[in-house]
Amino acid sequence: MRETEFVLEMNNISKEFPGVKALDNVTLKVRPGTVHALMGENGAGKSTLMKCLFGIYKQDSGDIILDGEKVEINNSKIALDNGISMIHQELHPVPLRSVMENIWLGRFPIRRLGPLKFVDHKKMYKDTEKLFKELNMDIKPDTIVGSMSVSKIQMMEIAKAVSYNSKVIIMDEPTSSLTENEVEHLFAIIHKLKSKGVAIIYISHKMEEILKISDEVTIMRDGRRIGTWPASELTTDMIISKMVGRELTNRFPERRNTPGEVLLKVEKLTSPNPRSFKDVSFELRRGEILGIGGLVGAQRTELVEAIFGLRAVQSGQIYINGKEVKIKSPIDAKNHRIALLTEERRATGIIPVLSVLENTLIANLKNYVKPYFLLDEKKRREDGEKIIERLKVKTPSSNTLIKDLSGGNQQKVLIARWLLTEPEILILDEPTRGIDVGAKYEIYTIMADLAKQGKSIIMISSEMPELMGMSDRIMVMCEGRLSGFVDGKNATEEEIMRLATRFIA
Amino acid sequence: MSNLKLKNDEVKNAIKPKKIKELVSQNAIYVVLVVLIVAIAVVNPRFISFATFKDILLQNSTRAIIALGMSFILITGGVDLSAGRVVGLAAVLSASMLQKADYSRRFFPDMPNLPLWLPIVIAVAAGLASGLLNGFIISKFNVPPFIATLGTMVIVYGANSIYFDLPPNDSQPIGGLRSDFTNLGSGSILSIPIIILIAIIVTLIVWVIHNKTRLGKNMFAIGGNAEAAKVSGINVGRTLLILYGIAGALFALGGVLEAARTGGATNNYGNMYELDAIAACVVGGVSNLGGIGTVPGVITGVLIFGVINYGLTYININPYWQLIIKGLIIVAAVGFDIRKYLARK
Repeated sequence: MRETEFVLEMNNISKEFPGVKALDNVTLKVRPGTVHALMGENGAGKSTLMKCLFGIYKQDSGDIILDGEKVEINNSKIALDNGISMIHQELHPVPLRSVMENIWLGRFPIRRLGPLKFVDHKKMYKDTEKLFKELNMDIKPDTIVGSMSVSKIQMMEIAKAVSYNSKVIIMDEPTSSLTENEVEHLFAIIHKLKSKGVAIIYISHKMEEILKISDEVTIMRDGRRIGTWPASELTTDMIISKMVGRELTNRFPERRNTPGEVLLKVEKLTSPNPRSFKDVSFELRRGEILGIGGLVGAQRTELVEAIFGLRAVQSGQIYINGKEVKIKSPIDAKNHRIALLTEERRATGIIPVLSVLENTLIANLKNYVKPYFLLDEKKRREDGEKIIERLKVKTPSSNTLIKDLSGGNQQKVLIARWLLTEPEILILDEPTRGIDVGAKYEIYTIMADLAKQGKSIIMISSEMPELMGMSDRIMVMCEGRLSGFVDGKNATEEEIMRLATRFIA
Repeated sequence: MSNLKLKNDEVKNAIKPKKIKELVSQNAIYVVLVVLIVAIAVVNPRFISFATFKDILLQNSTRAIIALGMSFILITGGVDLSAGRVVGLAAVLSASMLQKADYSRRFFPDMPNLPLWLPIVIAVAAGLASGLLNGFIISKFNVPPFIATLGTMVIVYGANSIYFDLPPNDSQPIGGLRSDFTNLGSGSILSIPIIILIAIIVTLIVWVIHNKTRLGKNMFAIGGNAEAAKVSGINVGRTLLILYGIAGALFALGGVLEAARTGGATNNYGNMYELDAIAACVVGGVSNLGGIGTVPGVITGVLIFGVINYGLTYININPYWQLIIKGLIIVAAVGFDIRKYLARK
């Protein structure tokens, strides 16, 4: 083994997906015993780069060098065997099994009885106990994972990643569902790991966290590496400007909409779930873009899904044009000219195996029914292709399967789907999540156009610049409650953050 | 086909044009059917004859109707295990009411001669009812289709057996069917066998439902992503109810024709036909994950098994070996199919 100053080098990594160059010659060098932060906007390529390192994707070109030796990481097992472990952004434990079975999954301790092999539960229990003790965690090894809180599961995943005794641990948004105390706890664990010489690649959007915990920071944008700096030389503002890479002023199109009379009025809407939204009242004007801000868990998605009839409401009223309406299903919502672009594009938006055209038309087939149940094929194609063109969806043809388009273009198809239903109220839940910068701008332009035409838009967003750049007003929620409104033009990040944390004990 | 212009070169390059290899792989089942026929013909050239193909079509008309019924369900991402038992129920119901007046062992000794259509409508209605029951259980109570239809499969068989056991029949095979009924299975119009004509008409109707109606579009959407369909304001429950109903009616129609073709019925008619139907669909390119499937594909799937059954016997291949060949084709077809849709890493 050659002595080098880096435990891990990823050199000139490139990776392409259909329609998107996700990584373009990215280099990342990590020193042992340090925390290396990886930063960038959504869609900058951080997670893709880490998935290449962990063997979930295979890079198209570029080398991965571990301890001076080139390694081919074709799957996650190879990554783990080479001393790389990962805490994933999306957790996927086996919920009905115990904590210890989750931690040692794929490498259960074995007890031999002659030629037979059995899982050694006793050893597994003891090893798990020892691991938790070392990490100061208070979890019983035989707890069923599904019965634990999300933050406990997150801590379990952290323990699991540590248990591999890896040289490199990737932490992708490890604090997204942790409480403040648990974050401190995680930082203590990280310090301990550092002192043992473990390198940590840390992905997070939280600036304070990054500046507090990391030694070096690599910033990415649009699939490229912008640069690497010692954390001590950076400030929050510097990081943001490097991540964004352009002046904030031209990130958003100019808007020429003028909010008119009240179209939608929501009064004291309360969920039957006591932990969800409670007593939320707001008004939406014709031609207005109302942003909804808040932290993860503020119940914003739950609120709009209830307005759309996907979730139950215990009490409260919804008025459209001054008349009270009852919306019990998406069918009712559609009849009241409400559209919802859901947060989870893949899970509840696209129909992957169908063409772009079919995906565009699926919410609006009733307008094409001719006598004898037949559909007007010609009109369908005309309308579908017209709107695909209007929204500038980049697709080879309307017959291309939607799964072959990039995220941004899929999102545009979903917006097209809803525009065909001629909605008056569009609810957009994180409309630009996971979408590249160019497509983001196009979606903003579509929003601005719609508002100008007098359509009303509700936009949930977790990205502050987007919230401030696109909203006429911003409604901020915290822990299911409405914590206040701010004006879109004069809002400051601090003010929104203050409201977003208003009810957090 | 589309007047959409390519927006830029990047997109053009991102999705490459279809190569010949891809074209073959997209149409693999048709290739398989042709290769099968050619291979059998090489062993015995007399296989290529009008009579052979007529025989194969005759034998597989009911199977095609049942497989088409199954395609509705598989495309929604479900499965209907009760299909075979519904075939049996419809065969027994229709046969029991369409026996010759002078037959000595009539199911209903004193029943007057009914018009031909009435028992057929009753049998198909029974199939429709059992399908609606499936759809109701699945959409109302969210019971997985596998379990719900497993339940109705047993219930339908039980009900059919009780009926079949009624005195004076006492579980004796039903025979002595009226000639106007058996004519559906063996007669011809303009020298085209009626049963083949019926299968062709059903195929056309199913194709229209799949491709030209809102119901069909909603079916593909539900199979492709049920959550997205729901969010798009599709009434998923009602759509499933209708689709299971149509499927049940088609299974029953298959059962009626099976009785007419064979000139009799017992409560064990149709046993395991659901598995043949699923196999034909899957080999014909219907994805068992839902959302994908074509009518020409399903018919080709039926014909592949038809040709294997008939052709391999024709060239004297041991029937047990035929089973092994069939099994291999099912597994290979699905393995191939899944590779086609696997997400690119």
